[in-house]
Parts: sequence; C-alpha cells; structure tokens
Amino acid sequence: MADPMRIRARLEGDVADVRVLMAHPMETGQRKDAAGNVVPLHFIQTITAHLNGKPVFQAEVSQAISRNPVFGFKVKGAKAGDKLTITWIDNKGDKRTDEMTLAAG
Amino acid sequence: MKRALTLCVAATFAAATAFPQPAAAQSKAGAAKPPPTAVERDAVTAEFEKFREVLEDANPAELFEAKGEELWKARRGPNNASLERCDLGLGPGVVKGAYVHLPRYFADVDKVMDAERRIVHCMTTLQGFKLEELAKRPFSTANATPDPVALVTYVAGQSRGMKIAVPQKHPKERATFEVGREIFFYRAGSYDFSCASCHGEDGKRIRTQQLPNFTKADQAIRAYQGWPGYRLTGGVMHTLQWRLWDCFRQQRFPEPGYVSDSLTALLTYLAVNANGQVYKGPGIKR
Repeated sequence: MADPMRIRARLEGDVADVRVLMAHPMETGQRKDAAGNVVPLHFIQTITAHLNGKPVFQAEVSQAISRNPVFGFKVKGAKAGDKLTITWIDNKGDKRTDEMTLAAG
Repeated sequence: MKRALTLCVAATFAAATAFPQPAAAQSKAGAAKPPPTAVERDAVTAEFEKFREVLEDANPAELFEAKGEELWKARRGPNNASLERCDLGLGPGVVKGAYVHLPRYFADVDKVMDAERRIVHCMTTLQGFKLEELAKRPFSTANATPDPVALVTYVAGQSRGMKIAVPQKHPKERATFEVGREIFFYRAGSYDFSCASCHGEDGKRIRTQQLPNFTKADQAIRAYQGWPGYRLTGGVMHTLQWRLWDCFRQQRFPEPGYVSDSLTALLTYLAVNANGQVYKGPGIKR
C-alpha cells in the first residue's frame, strides 16, 4: 500500500490553487542498484482529479518526473466545502486515492 | 589535460606580466570575463532565495514527517514498544517543541545528547533495537530511508516556528559547547582544513553556494535551518548527523562515528550560536 498524498488547496474567489505531494520512487529504469542490477521501471502513469465526483484534471506522465513529485494545478468553479479527490496509478498497477475538503481561503 | 591547462594559464600570466599590453587590448581582455560585482552576486542570491521559496511551498520532507509520526507511535522492535515514552528533554512522550531545546544534558545517561542521538537511544533502550545494527546503515540512500531519519524529521517538524533555546545551564552542556568550539576551529588532515576554513568568515562561497559564518547568531541559524532536509539531488532525506559526517569526509578528516560525542559537541556549538533564532522546520536542499 502506497503512502498517503499531501494535498493542499487555497481558494481565491472560485479558483482553487491545488498542490499535491505524492510519495513515489519514480524509478527511471536506468539506475542500477549496489549489486549492478538494473532497477526496473516504476513510475506514476496517470493522475486524475475529481471535484465532487466530476473529473476536472487528468495527466499522463512519464518516468522523467522526479521522485516524490509535486503537482500543481488550478480548478475553476470551486467553492468551500467541495470535495477534491486525487488518484494516481503507476505502471505496476498500484494506485492511491486521497480526498480533501476545500476550506474558505 | 589538467596539466596542459595549468601550463597554458601559467604561460598567459607570464606573458601578461613580461610584456605590458596596450591599454585597449587589456581592457578588451578584461571585458571578456569581468568578476561579478557585489550587486550582481546579491542578485544571484536573491534569485536562489526565490527558487527556494517555491520549493519550500511543497516540501517532500512532509512525507517523511508523516512516516516518522507513524514510526513514533507504532509498537516496534524486539520489545514491541512505541516511542511514546521516550523523553526528549521535556518529559516522557513530549515531542512538541523538544527539537529546539536539543542538544541538552540527560541525567539518565549523564551525557549531552542531540536529537538523533536521543532518538536512537530511545530506540535501543525502549524498543530493544541494537545500536550496532542501526549504525551499519545510518544514512538515507535512493533505496531506503533509515527509521531514525524519518523520526528526526517528525520530531523537528513538531518545533516548526519556535525559537531555538539550547540550554547551557549544566556544566556538561557548557563543556560540550567548548569541545564543539575546539572541533570547529581544529585544523588538520591532508587539506589542513577546519570547519572554520569555510564557515568562520563572512562572504565566502563554493561555486554559487553562499557559505554562512557559523560564529555569528544570524548566520549560525543556517546550520540548523533546513535540517533535517530533503535533498533534490537523489531525492533523499538527510539529517544533521549525515551533514556533519559529510563535512568531515569533504575535509578528508577521519569520519566521526554515528551519534558520537564529537558530533553532539559540534552540534551543541552550532545550536547554541543559533540560540534565539526561529526554527522553520525541516527544509529542502538542492
């Protein structure tokens, strides 16, 4: 089971400025371990965000993204009390979903 | 290659001194690479500070704080005990604000201990872990973060925004400070180096990195500030134990033992110099 994400959002009017911090090794498939064996590819492939169950954001990302990545984006039409759900899925099929409730800015 | 370059530089220097060039040619040669002025250096520093602020906005150190909190509360080790009875100096189990009062004297061991050392002490006494085992792999790598690293990050995060107030009441605390000062100024090794060679004067730098002068309070905070820190290079979490160990390695000194007396002493010296400054919590590094 993957570690939880840290989701932070600031409301400015009806725009939510969202920062998501994810715990993930994001292996590039190019690194070798101490024994000289290639560490297999392991990276987040898809990130989706839902606001009150409605999809607002989807990203297809590659192994070029750093370890423990941070994603930032803005959502229009958000208000205090809305539920923001973020999900990532990696190339091994592991996934993690976390939810937060927007607070008045 | 390196030798050829040195010779080339030497030759240029010789030519410049032996045959004074016309003023026009000299100024042209000078214009090719003017040394940065103080204003330009400040501008570069300001840009780095902006970059750092953006990074601090979402610091992966938070992930390790969360991990550390989990480890602190979990029943672990041969004794199947949690660290919730660990005394960091403010009473058993008190984590809030403990970090800014460390290193300090602990009567139960009759020693001064820094944060990581005290946590490791609790892990061995309360939970039954073996120090020799913990000391085998004390530092984070790309593959693994040792438990004490996450624990220190959690404990440090619980003192965010508080003033550093490292006690100097007990004679052993004062003695430890003196030993730390001695180590800080002790020149030795194949480079004939000391900590003070880099960190004992204002306005020094390595490449673009400004070097704080740890003998002054407003700059000594920069030894403490940002540690434990998440290093973007390699994406690993490191503590002051690692940082000081690496300083000694870079100076070509014999590397100090993990959670040893000498590191506690040096940390005491740095922390006491930073007394009165506000600790901003675990940081983020290049």
